[in-house]
Amino acid sequence: MKLITAVIKPHQLEDVKEALRAFGVQGLTVTESSGYGRQRGHTEVYRGAEYTVDLVPKVRIEVLAEDEDAEELLEVVVKAARTGKIGDGKAWTVPVETAVRVRTGERGPDAL
Amino acid sequence: MNGADTAFVLISAFLVMLMTPGLAFFYGGMVRVKSALNMLMMSFISLGVLSVLWVLYGYSLAFGPDTGGFIGNLDFAGFKGITDGSLTEKGGIPVLAFALFQMMFAILTPALMSGALADRVKFGAWTVFIALWATLVYFPVAHWVWAEGGWLFDLGVIDFAGGTAVHINAGIGALAAVLVVGKRIGFKKDPMRPHSLPLVVLGAALLWFGWFGFNAGSALAADGTSALMAMNTQLATGAAVLGWLVYERIRHGAFTTLGAASGAVAGLVAITPSGANVNAMGALAIGLVAGLVCSWAVSLKFKLGFDDSLDVVGVHLVGGVIGTLMVGFLAVDGDAGLAQFGKQATGAFSVMGYSFAVSWIIAKLIHVTVGMRASEDEETSGLDRAYHAETAYDFSAVGGSHSGAGVGALASGTGTGSGRGAASQADSSSAASSSVRDDAAKSGPLTEKKVDA
Repeated sequence: MKLITAVIKPHQLEDVKEALRAFGVQGLTVTESSGYGRQRGHTEVYRGAEYTVDLVPKVRIEVLAEDEDAEELLEVVVKAARTGKIGDGKAWTVPVETAVRVRTGERGPDAL
Repeated sequence: MNGADTAFVLISAFLVMLMTPGLAFFYGGMVRVKSALNMLMMSFISLGVLSVLWVLYGYSLAFGPDTGGFIGNLDFAGFKGITDGSLTEKGGIPVLAFALFQMMFAILTPALMSGALADRVKFGAWTVFIALWATLVYFPVAHWVWAEGGWLFDLGVIDFAGGTAVHINAGIGALAAVLVVGKRIGFKKDPMRPHSLPLVVLGAALLWFGWFGFNAGSALAADGTSALMAMNTQLATGAAVLGWLVYERIRHGAFTTLGAASGAVAGLVAITPSGANVNAMGALAIGLVAGLVCSWAVSLKFKLGFDDSLDVVGVHLVGGVIGTLMVGFLAVDGDAGLAQFGKQATGAFSVMGYSFAVSWIIAKLIHVTVGMRASEDEETSGLDRAYHAETAYDFSAVGGSHSGAGVGALASGTGTGSGRGAASQADSSSAASSSVRDDAAKSGPLTEKKVDA
């Protein structure tokens, strides 16, 4: 199994959710997060005092997938999250040893 | 008794009353989350302290019979001899209406200074400071400027609604107190962004609205002078908004909301002493200059190294001086010229000298006795918890007093993008957000019990 994690622009969340639903993904986890990439946030001015706000609001999405679906799902997420402008975010996959559905105790692919 | 004038002065008094909570919001929005309530309270407490002092001896010291041109006496202490039938000397309005109107000025002026000392002063010490400051600085200076026999009044200084007595006085007093108390921890290093610009605009709007009572009401009559003053108040303030924004756009590349709100206040300050003595073009000129110069002046604290947190010096002192001096040349009733300018300068600088010296001594006295400054721990974790046992906002999704609602809000926030501001605000002030959690954990069971009952 693989865990697909994507840190994306908040207003791309709806598109990504829609794409995942179309792909047949049953569930996902979303977390508010913040951070910066190469563009390093933005500058704000208050009475002439400039502040660099380098932690930009982001949304972190996590989806578990079976190995054979993982690569395609990653592409689906990336495609839906892309606006082509700076700050679109990152996505990656990592191997997962196992997953358990808490309610039933089912393990592995059955738990997805 | 003139019923129309009385009604106008009473309503003006009510309008000026609104300026103090307006100021509280103006300042409150500009500080960080962790001390937002303290900022509101530093203004609000003035409504308590000065209302009491005013009747005990404040009114009498400011407007009682003159003693040597410097101060009134105690003939009217406790409003002795003043009844609902007492009329002012000219007979137009009840003494109580005039006293109520002037009381609101006495309340607002010390509150103005709070912005300079934001985020780092003990609340109790602040309360003592404004009581002493009103007694030793405001009441005498108000007497100098406005009372028959006051030496600046007799000199012929134009200060229609309080440019010297209120704004220069508070601005320079704030500077003295700042020099005693010192800089906020992290000044020029940590980000100290305003936590709520909408609150700042709300406060500025309430100030602007209340200022009509402040300025036009100072005519003490519903007449042409009050109409002129009201019109000039609006003109100067509008021009000052534009002046501030133009400077900002050229210097910093953006038309900021804080700049617009600050420009409005700068214009209101500058037209206060002068508005009844200039024409419409004069009012526009005063407003425009105030907007441009004050927006430049607020950066001085970074260059000179004093931490006037919310720019009381840059806005009130500088704006007050601009209005007070410019009217020397712009006055239209035949007074304008070098002689009047000299009188105006005498007024401005004598108030600056007296207020700075006495304010410094009061602040120093409190500082070396009970201590003016909050402890490092109180300052870094926020004055709201330290002095008011409260926090302004509940951002906490986990363990908050409304944990269910909190999680719900967070979840819907991720879907719609709303709630983003609140969440990032909590992030940007980690000390505040963690303190919210601590409080909630402690008071959790109590909250439940209350709900059950």
